[in-house]
Amino acid sequence: MTTSPNGAILSATGIHKRFGALVVLDDIDFAMKADQAVGIVGPNGAGKTTLLSVLSGAYPPSAGTIAFKGGDVTSLPATQRCRLGLVRTHQVPKPFGGMTAFENVFVAASHGAGLGRDEAYEEALGSLKLCGMLGVANRRAETLGLLDRKRLELARALAAKPTLLLLDEIGGGLTDGEAGELVETIRELRHRRIGIVWIEHIVHILLQVAERLICMDAGKIIADGDPQAVMADPQVIGAYLGGGPK
Amino acid sequence: MSAVSPIIERGTAASRVAGTGVAAIIVLLAIAPQFLSAGAVDRMTALFIYVILAAMWNALAGFGGLVSVGQQVFFGLGAYFAIRLANAGLNPFISLFVSAVIVGMVSWPISLFMLRLKNGEFAIGMWVIAALTHLLVNLDRLIQGETGTSLISLNVYDASTRRVTVYWLALAAMTALLAILFGLLRGSTGAAIRAIRDNEDAAASVGVRVTGTKRLLFVLAAFGIGVAGALWLATAITFQPKTYFSVQWTAYMVFMVLVGGIGTFEGAILGALLFFLIETWFGSTGVWYLVGLGATALVFSLLLPRGLWGTLEERLGWRLLSVGYRVKPPVNAMDTTGEITSLGQTTTSREKA
Repeated sequence: MTTSPNGAILSATGIHKRFGALVVLDDIDFAMKADQAVGIVGPNGAGKTTLLSVLSGAYPPSAGTIAFKGGDVTSLPATQRCRLGLVRTHQVPKPFGGMTAFENVFVAASHGAGLGRDEAYEEALGSLKLCGMLGVANRRAETLGLLDRKRLELARALAAKPTLLLLDEIGGGLTDGEAGELVETIRELRHRRIGIVWIEHIVHILLQVAERLICMDAGKIIADGDPQAVMADPQVIGAYLGGGPK
Repeated sequence: MSAVSPIIERGTAASRVAGTGVAAIIVLLAIAPQFLSAGAVDRMTALFIYVILAAMWNALAGFGGLVSVGQQVFFGLGAYFAIRLANAGLNPFISLFVSAVIVGMVSWPISLFMLRLKNGEFAIGMWVIAALTHLLVNLDRLIQGETGTSLISLNVYDASTRRVTVYWLALAAMTALLAILFGLLRGSTGAAIRAIRDNEDAAASVGVRVTGTKRLLFVLAAFGIGVAGALWLATAITFQPKTYFSVQWTAYMVFMVLVGGIGTFEGAILGALLFFLIETWFGSTGVWYLVGLGATALVFSLLLPRGLWGTLEERLGWRLLSVGYRVKPPVNAMDTTGEITSLGQTTTSREKA
C-alpha cells in the first residue's frame, strides 16, 4: 500500500463480492488520495469492473466497508455516492437512448451535480465541449456510434462534477489519434484536480496518465505501486501470459 | 468563452404560436356550450376525459417507461370514492375532486411494492391490482356487487345545468392536468423521468433519485386517471364496477398513445382526438368498430411505430409542445453557419484562431 487509509479520499477495506458460489472479489484492500490517478489492469475476469461497481454503489459488497471523503458509504446507493462526488462510467456505454446527447449530460449536471438550470446548461455544454461532443449535441443518443457513445459516457459522468472519477475501459477500440485526444482530456481532468481510477486494457495509454498502477487477477490485487515496477513484476507477467504466480 | 457559448433553446417560433393557439382553443371550448347541442356537449366532455387518460398513460409509459395495463384501477376508484363521498353527504361536484385526491393517496402505498417490479411484471402486476380492487369494491354493500349504484345526489340539479357544469369541470381538469404535466416534463424532473425510462442504472449512476421520481410520476398519473374516472361517473351517473374496472379503459389509453405518438406530449392529445373521431363515426357499428380499432393499432405499430406525431416530428422536425432541449450555435456564429452540425468545427476553428 502506498497510501494509508488516513488522508485517503476513498478507501475500501476487506471487500468481498460473491455471485452465488463464484467469488469475484476476494478480500480487496484499496485506498487512494484525492488527486491521484490510479490505473487498474488485469486479465479478463480479474474482477476489475466488479470492483468499480462495488465502489460506485451499483451493488453492495458481500463483505467489507467503503469510505469516501471520510464517511462510511457502504450502504449508500449509487445516486447518493454520485451526489457526494464519486462518479463512474460504464464499460458498455449506457446512454439515455431516447434523449439527445445534450439532454444526457444535462441530467447529470442538474441531478448529479445538483446545479440550477443555467449553471447546469453551462456545465453540460462544457462537458460536451471537453469531450468533443458539441457537434452532435442534438443527436438522439441511440443514433450515435460506439466511439461517440463512449465519449458521451465520459461527458455525462463529468457533468455530475465528480471529485473522483471511476473510468471503465473508455479507451477500448480507439485509433492512435483518438487515444491521444482521450489522454489529453484525462490530463485536463487532472489539472482540475479530479481523482481518477481508470481500468484499461490498452496499457500504453494508461501509463501516460497513471502515477500508480494496480494489477488484479482472480479477484485479488497482485501488484500495486509505481507503474513501471508493476508492469515488470513477474506475478503480473505471469497473470497475463498464463504462467500463474510463482 | 461564455460570450460564444451555444444557446439552449426550449421552444421554437412554432411552439410559441402553438401555445397561443392552445390558449385560444381552450377559451373557445369554454364558451362552446352556448352554441352546442346537448348531445355534442356530452361528446366533448368525453373527449376531455379521453385526453386526460391518454396524457396520463403517456406520461407514465412514454416518458417514464412504466407500462401498466392496470390503470383502470384508478379510473374505477375515482368513481367509487366519489360515490362514497357523495353518499356521506358531500356535494357531488366537490366529491369528484376529493375522490381523485384520495385516489392519489391510495396510489402511494401501492407504489411502494409495485415499483419494485420491472417491465412486464409491473404491467401485469398492475392488472392484478385492478382485478383485486374490483373484487373488493364489489363487496361494498352500497355498491351491491355488480348491480352497482348511482350518483343519486347529482339528480338535484336539472339535466342541462348538470351537463354544462360537468363539461366545464372536465375542461378545467384537462387544462390543469395538461399544464401540470407539461410543467413537470419540461423541467429537470422531466429529464430525470426520461433518463430513468432509457436506463435506470445509468440514471442512478449520475445522481437521479430513481424510486422517488418514479413514485411522483405514478401518483400523479393515478390522480389524473382518478379525476377522469370521477368525471366519467358524473356524465354517466350510474356506477357498475365492471364497467369502470374494465381493462378496456387501459386498452383505450394504449391505443390513443400508440396511434398519436408515444413519448411526445402532442402525440397523446392527437391520439385522443383520433380515438374520439373514430368512436364518433364508427362507434355504432358494433363489433366492426372494435375490429377497426384493433386493425388501426396493428397498422400503426407495424408501419408507424413512433405514432402520428412521432413520425411528423422525426420527418418534418415539428415541435409544438416540446419538452426537449436544443443546442443552438452562438448568435455571432449563426451568421456564418446557422447549422448545428457545423457547430463542433466552428468552435474548434474559433479556438485555433
